[in-house]
Amino acid sequence: MSTTILTPGPLTGTTRESHFGPLRALRLGVRRIGYETKLYFRAGDTVFFTFLFPVVLLGIFSVAFGGLGNVGANPDGSGGISQAAYYLPGMIAAGILLSGVQNLGVDIAMERGDGTLKRLAGTPLPVISYFIGKMGQVLVTSLAQVILLLLLARVAFGVALPTEPAKWLTFVWVYLLGIVTAAVLGIAISRLPRSGKSASAVIIPPLLVLQFISGVYLSFALLPEWLQNIASIFPLKWIAQGMRAALLPDSFASAEAGGSWNLPGVAIALGIWLVVGLVVCRVTFRWIRKDS
Amino acid sequence: MTSSHRGSGPAVTVDGLRKSYGSFTAVDGIGFEIARGETFALLGPNGAGKSTTVEILEGYRERSGGEVSVLGADPRHATLEWKARIGIVLQQTGESGNVTVREQLTHFAGLYPHPRDVDEVIAAVGLEQKDKTRIKSLSGGQRRRVDVALGVIGRPELLFLDEPTTGFDPEARRQFWELIRTLSREGTTIVLTTHYLDEAAQLSDRAAVIAGGRLIDIGPVHELGSAEARVPLVRWRETESSAVREQRTLEPARFVAGLVAEHGEPAELEVIRPSLEDIYLELVGAAEAEAAA
Repeated sequence: MSTTILTPGPLTGTTRESHFGPLRALRLGVRRIGYETKLYFRAGDTVFFTFLFPVVLLGIFSVAFGGLGNVGANPDGSGGISQAAYYLPGMIAAGILLSGVQNLGVDIAMERGDGTLKRLAGTPLPVISYFIGKMGQVLVTSLAQVILLLLLARVAFGVALPTEPAKWLTFVWVYLLGIVTAAVLGIAISRLPRSGKSASAVIIPPLLVLQFISGVYLSFALLPEWLQNIASIFPLKWIAQGMRAALLPDSFASAEAGGSWNLPGVAIALGIWLVVGLVVCRVTFRWIRKDS
Repeated sequence: MTSSHRGSGPAVTVDGLRKSYGSFTAVDGIGFEIARGETFALLGPNGAGKSTTVEILEGYRERSGGEVSVLGADPRHATLEWKARIGIVLQQTGESGNVTVREQLTHFAGLYPHPRDVDEVIAAVGLEQKDKTRIKSLSGGQRRRVDVALGVIGRPELLFLDEPTTGFDPEARRQFWELIRTLSREGTTIVLTTHYLDEAAQLSDRAAVIAGGRLIDIGPVHELGSAEARVPLVRWRETESSAVREQRTLEPARFVAGLVAEHGEPAELEVIRPSLEDIYLELVGAAEAEAAA
């Protein structure tokens, strides 16, 4: 029917409905996921700095600190967990931050700078389809990254992954809440760089600092309390804590601030950041800076 | 639905359009109409307000005053349905360099309800040999053709072209003109912004000249300028040493014959039929002089 219409002309009322309704937005969104994911893996620098970075660091840390012996070992050297097992939750948390916040923050700022968003603004692509594409791209690439990290830890460094279903349940909800929050915050901060060229310079350094103070590279328990308090404002600390709860033995909970995993705290902190991010996106996202 | 049907009412109506940035007025009370199926050129020097005007029509910019209707709707409240009926070739190339020509066109075709055939469009812009090349590896002129292809892929009723042939070699420009004529024959309304007066003369039914944010002339391209500006000019010296004299006349041959009868062979005789470019420069020059006064 509609496919046989070859000349330009007005559409009838009913085809209008079906063509521009929510189903079309969803269909275009799914198509955007494929397009966005293809573009992601074609850009060599993002593949390295967001996709492979945590994987490479997990490898380096595991090898470099391997000689220090197990973490949490008894005085006689028995027990405890390997350095690879100890760093795994932090690297997964860093991966979530990079795949969400850094990836989308830089990506969308560059698309705004190079005219991609302006071009899309002139097409009948719904904004929601664009976001479905971005969120889907983040989910697909981040899942691949997490699987790669788990495989590397298990296969190369012999890390024993949890066997209790409760631990994996924790892993799944912390991961999902973390990645969705990170993606939404990435969209929100893409407004900050004034140009596409400055995007990496504006977004990457603060995120790097955040990784150092949130228990990713340095043990959170070693940080002074005031620095812990600052880090607790931001979501990465909570993602890392949730990942430790899922992947480390429960005996490690005593090393956390307050002596427990505080999973309700993780859920509340990430939930607040998710809502804040959504509001900021809703209020500030525009296809283009009008009148610039 | 209030959106007007194809063929009823003008494609574009602009009345008293104004746009200011702080104290600077970029567009100062412009008005014109573009009929359905017409090819309309906007001419004017850099900074005259052409692109600002076009971007207001495309829905990219807010206006400070005046009325605008594009395909029966106010571009301020652009709907997806409205966007599906227009095609835009922006002045600046969009990047997305990591996809091939074919991938990009296929993706964009999917955004429209009744797109053109991807192969047909690739052939129409002459990129058959480059369809599997990533856009970032194309030359500037080839990327511009991708822009044009993306502008027409959705089978627009109204096509905006903002300096579309910048960076084209002469052959590519001719090929582009052919494409635009084909679109025009199919009934597409075309709004063309250009620096090239020959392009406007080749393609457009009517043209508007904008300078200093004001509309200084509008009409069929060959009727632009005052009637006097198009009158042929005879220029000569009576003797080698006397001053240059000029006379506008509708009968230059008769005038020259009279000159010869009276003074003998004049020195440095020229009969000048003002080109579109002469008329245009005179128009813009007069407007600028007036603005400076």
